Amino acid sequence: MEFKDYYKVMGVARDATDAQIKQAYRKLARKYHPDVSKEKDAEARFKEVGEAYEVLKSPEKRAAYDQLGKDYRPGQDFRPPPNWDSGFEFSGAGQGDSSYSDFFDSLFGAQGRAGRGRGAGTHPGRGEDHHAKVLLDLQASLNGGSRSFTLRMPEIDAEGRLVSKERTLNVQVPKGILAGQQIRLAGQGERSPGSGTPGDLYIEVEFQPDPLYRVDGRDLYLELPVTPWEASLGATVKTPTPSGNVELKIPSGSHAGSKLRLKGRGIPATPPGDFYVVLQIALPPANDEKAKAAYAALAAALPFNPRASLGV
Amino acid sequence: MSPSDDRALPGTIFDESAILSIKDLSRMCAVDERHIVEFVEEGVLSVVNVSSEWHFTGEALRRARLAVRLERDLELNLAGVALAVELLEELAQLRRELNARR
Repeated sequence: MEFKDYYKVMGVARDATDAQIKQAYRKLARKYHPDVSKEKDAEARFKEVGEAYEVLKSPEKRAAYDQLGKDYRPGQDFRPPPNWDSGFEFSGAGQGDSSYSDFFDSLFGAQGRAGRGRGAGTHPGRGEDHHAKVLLDLQASLNGGSRSFTLRMPEIDAEGRLVSKERTLNVQVPKGILAGQQIRLAGQGERSPGSGTPGDLYIEVEFQPDPLYRVDGRDLYLELPVTPWEASLGATVKTPTPSGNVELKIPSGSHAGSKLRLKGRGIPATPPGDFYVVLQIALPPANDEKAKAAYAALAAALPFNPRASLGV
Repeated sequence: MSPSDDRALPGTIFDESAILSIKDLSRMCAVDERHIVEFVEEGVLSVVNVSSEWHFTGEALRRARLAVRLERDLELNLAGVALAVELLEELAQLRRELNARR
């Protein structure tokens, strides 16, 4: 086990005041909080900072840590001496539901966690609910079907320690689920301490980017390239939709950015979303004599100033 | 991956149609009911009145848990939580729009 330098994690001096520690924590917490931060390793950093703060904000824990830490350098192999913590009384509940490092556990063990876990309002005999977030492919919502998710769950092991356990769940994804909504799995939360009902598991869904469709709530958007003459003269073109290819009628006089709506063909929620086709004008390349001649003929036949609105 | 996997756990959508009592919500967020009332008063959560009692949607559960995390981890006060939740939602909406333009 490696020795952790909590002062270094928090970026404060060893003789920092409580106010300085609090200030450093708040600054780092805002930077790395998983709900707020876009940093790549936000969650890991936030846990590290939370653990450091848990120790340094408590006068008893900080004193014990300082006493022990005198002879250690960060990263050095660490083994706590037997009964090292006698004479320190740990009060104050830990907060949060993140699991701390082995280093923290070896120092503060069960006492350090006293009071964490079961929150207010918990029914005796009922296991707690668990919450997780997953990235889902859009197809799962469009067609339903089962998907496997690997989730990390904190669990209390036989010795009463909080450990992080991985489990893989095969879940029947409800058709029509939207980003931000939660899938409820009854009875998949924490096992009941007694013989009561287990808690439930709630999985919040976000969509992975889809190669074809953009998702906005329950609506889907597809950018459809068309030729200038298909847009100007109108045409019927083959278009992919979630329920298969359709022949889509492009009205004459369409332009780039024109939006065509296929009602009810978005995500099959209740009520179902709509499917929007946004036209893009694709220009044929003028890379041979024939194409150049065709463009020249068009220019001669069609005096057109696309910059008239700019006053030039 | 097949849609007809019988061993898969059946999931249900927990959304606007799900109805939670203040007792449910307080248990699921591990805070007391008084605190849920404060969230409502501060405008973090909205209430659906099904009868004379307060009721909440599944969406409220997501917001309430976010609010509890922000409050606890960032040591924010109620007004700060309400502002942060609002700004985070606006940010998420702007990010979605930005992605759409790329």
